[in-house]
Amino acid sequence: MKRLTTSEYIRLNFFQKILYKLACFFAAVFKLFADIGKGIGKGVKGLFKGIGKDLKDFATIFAKGSWRTKVSYFIFGFGNLACGQIVRGLLFLLFQVAFIGYTFTIGAGWMAKLDNLGDIGAHEEYSPIYDAYVRVDGDDSFKIMLYGVLSLILCLVFIFVWRMSFHQSYENDQLLAKGKKVPKFKDDLREIVDAKFHKTLLTVPIIGISMFTVFPTLFMVLVAFTNYDGAHDGYSNLYTWRGWQNFAELFNTTSSNLGYAFKHILGWTLVWAVFATFSNYFLGMLLAILINKKGIKLKKLWRGIFVMTIAIPQFISLLYMSKLFAKNGLINAFLIKMGFLSVPFDFWANTMASRILLIVINIWIGVPYLMLIATGILMNIPEDLYESAKIDGANPWQQYTKITLPYMLFITGPYLLTSFIGNINNFNVVYLLGGGAVPNPKLLTSGGTASDVDLLITWLFKITTGTESNYKLASVIGIMIFIVVSIISVIGFNAMPSTKNEEDFQ
Amino acid sequence: MMSTSRQKSLKTHQRVSNVFAYILLVVLSIIWLTPFVLIVFESFRTETTMQVGYVIPKVWGFANYKTLFDKNAMDFIVWYKNTFIIAIICAPIQTFMVLCMSYTLSRMRFKGRKFLMNFMLVLGMFPGFLSMIILKKVLSGWNMIGANSVYGLIIVYTASSAMGYYVSKGFFDTIPKSLDEAARVDGATRARVFLNITLPMAKPIVIYTLLTAFMGPWGDFMFAKYICNNTSAGMNVAVGLQNMIATSEGLAAHYTQFCAAGVLVAIPVTILFMCLQKYYVEGVTGGAVKG
Repeated sequence: MKRLTTSEYIRLNFFQKILYKLACFFAAVFKLFADIGKGIGKGVKGLFKGIGKDLKDFATIFAKGSWRTKVSYFIFGFGNLACGQIVRGLLFLLFQVAFIGYTFTIGAGWMAKLDNLGDIGAHEEYSPIYDAYVRVDGDDSFKIMLYGVLSLILCLVFIFVWRMSFHQSYENDQLLAKGKKVPKFKDDLREIVDAKFHKTLLTVPIIGISMFTVFPTLFMVLVAFTNYDGAHDGYSNLYTWRGWQNFAELFNTTSSNLGYAFKHILGWTLVWAVFATFSNYFLGMLLAILINKKGIKLKKLWRGIFVMTIAIPQFISLLYMSKLFAKNGLINAFLIKMGFLSVPFDFWANTMASRILLIVINIWIGVPYLMLIATGILMNIPEDLYESAKIDGANPWQQYTKITLPYMLFITGPYLLTSFIGNINNFNVVYLLGGGAVPNPKLLTSGGTASDVDLLITWLFKITTGTESNYKLASVIGIMIFIVVSIISVIGFNAMPSTKNEEDFQ
Repeated sequence: MMSTSRQKSLKTHQRVSNVFAYILLVVLSIIWLTPFVLIVFESFRTETTMQVGYVIPKVWGFANYKTLFDKNAMDFIVWYKNTFIIAIICAPIQTFMVLCMSYTLSRMRFKGRKFLMNFMLVLGMFPGFLSMIILKKVLSGWNMIGANSVYGLIIVYTASSAMGYYVSKGFFDTIPKSLDEAARVDGATRARVFLNITLPMAKPIVIYTLLTAFMGPWGDFMFAKYICNNTSAGMNVAVGLQNMIATSEGLAAHYTQFCAAGVLVAIPVTILFMCLQKYYVEGVTGGAVKG
């Protein structure tokens, strides 16, 4: 697409400008998707290249390596042991023995059952000892999936350690050929506080993340392809794979109202995120400008008043606010006393009222944060920019739109994006505040009835904790949230004015 | 003559606009403070019904606070203790995790660094609650849910906390690298550089991380509610109090006690926050700028 220069752009009339902007936007979106496609292609290509290189290394090292290296292919750590790296060698060997021992005794059994997640659950069986039918344990789909997937991961780790074993032995070969000494355990110890200090620091956090986030997320993605729920709990009633059926049900808007509910809730989630983010952003900025205004005294006091609302745990103010606006709450009593209402108005039963109320109370919750952030940034804007704008005759509105706003947007771009995503997943505000909202019968799904203010994340929570514990649906919705969030982040990151180089200023 | 009258008009203009600004600020302050004043008033009210039609109590008293501390009447002390234990244990562990991750990603260049950062970014886009479903099953196998939720929650809060390294990394990025290099030239190991040079300079970010980690458990609702299995002994304050007023009967019976509990929870957290506010503001503004 042809880009116009500034002088050409200025000469366009109003509609042409809009058309041009639209064209630019679509061009950018297309380019974005093309870039993502290219990126994925590159990644896949890199992966295959890497595997190819590893396979080649596998053969060449075996051919070129010394006899110690050749033996290391079968006995892990032999190369290390033969060169005097006792600790390393023993660790390799221990891993190999443990892995083989585990896989052939237990692991293989779990992995073999992965194809249908168990054949027979807990059932009654005739027992000659008691001369009666007794309940015996059968397969447990949950355990099969858990240990099966873990065993598969262990196999991948095994391949990785295998690769490490012969590579290290080969390195030793090369060191010895050059007449150098191989590093001993003492050297290793020095390495972990020096050259390899990053590994030392990262070990604990990465173990934590892999065990408690990576693996559970992987597991739940797999659950989206099964029929795991309260009725198929995997113990008394086994669950099994069912392909893309769960996704098909979610997108089917004709036969079930699950599809309708998803569309409805997704729509409101996006509307909520837009309003919640931008209302807070602009009002918080205005408040900061107001307090920063020349001639306003006691700036610290004003700021302190608003900051206090951050300090108080959110759930208290949220729950309190929710009760304040309840049918028998203080606001209704006040309105009746003042004569505005004759009967109490149920804010939480009315779709529009409850939604507006949610956004308004969220402003009350969120504006102080933005005020804090904006204050620091506004003070950094050079004063002479405003001075010269004033001399040129700019009114306050022009100063705001031409100086303050661009500066703020430039610096807080990343924050705006993260807070938008935070609002998509804003569980606390919606669940605690809208907890009194009346369920909408149209949103009745197998997991429980959602209300009109529910976001995807609160719906997910209700489905999981509801009477039917619909885990399969919950994980499908979780994946949908992931997709929505990742699309928004990709577009957001590309729209940001600054793609800063992180090495700058160091 | 001309210029002085113009100056005068400018001055009056500014004065008028300042008066408006003050009025606006006072109104906004009232809006922002009213709910807290109301909570405090209602916590001292001895009429226990939810709606009495007036704000300032007719009969003042500490009855609500007394009920809260009465072990036979309710589990408020248990909830409070649970939350406090979680917060005090999570704060140092979480800080340790975040410091390790952020320092490494900020200061060291190694193979797979970019991949690690991108991977955590993508991983963070999955809703955290998703992994809770399986974690609950696993934790129940370890007997860490229900009445023992405290242990389960400590694990859940701390294990993956390193993924929130962004603000801290932004801080480390601002410390000049030349300091490290100078020490390295003098023969210091990387571990010594971290412990003796960078950490002492990182006091603001350490306090910020401690503060946010300590305040987190007081506000968490989703994980705590899911893990505690409706067992009162394993709840934190947020879940306990929400549970107390969830039904309309509960609300009618415990509304004023809820207000009193709110005051009791807010006081220590607010004091702590106000004392360390400087560091919090630094962290929040730094985080917003760095992303």
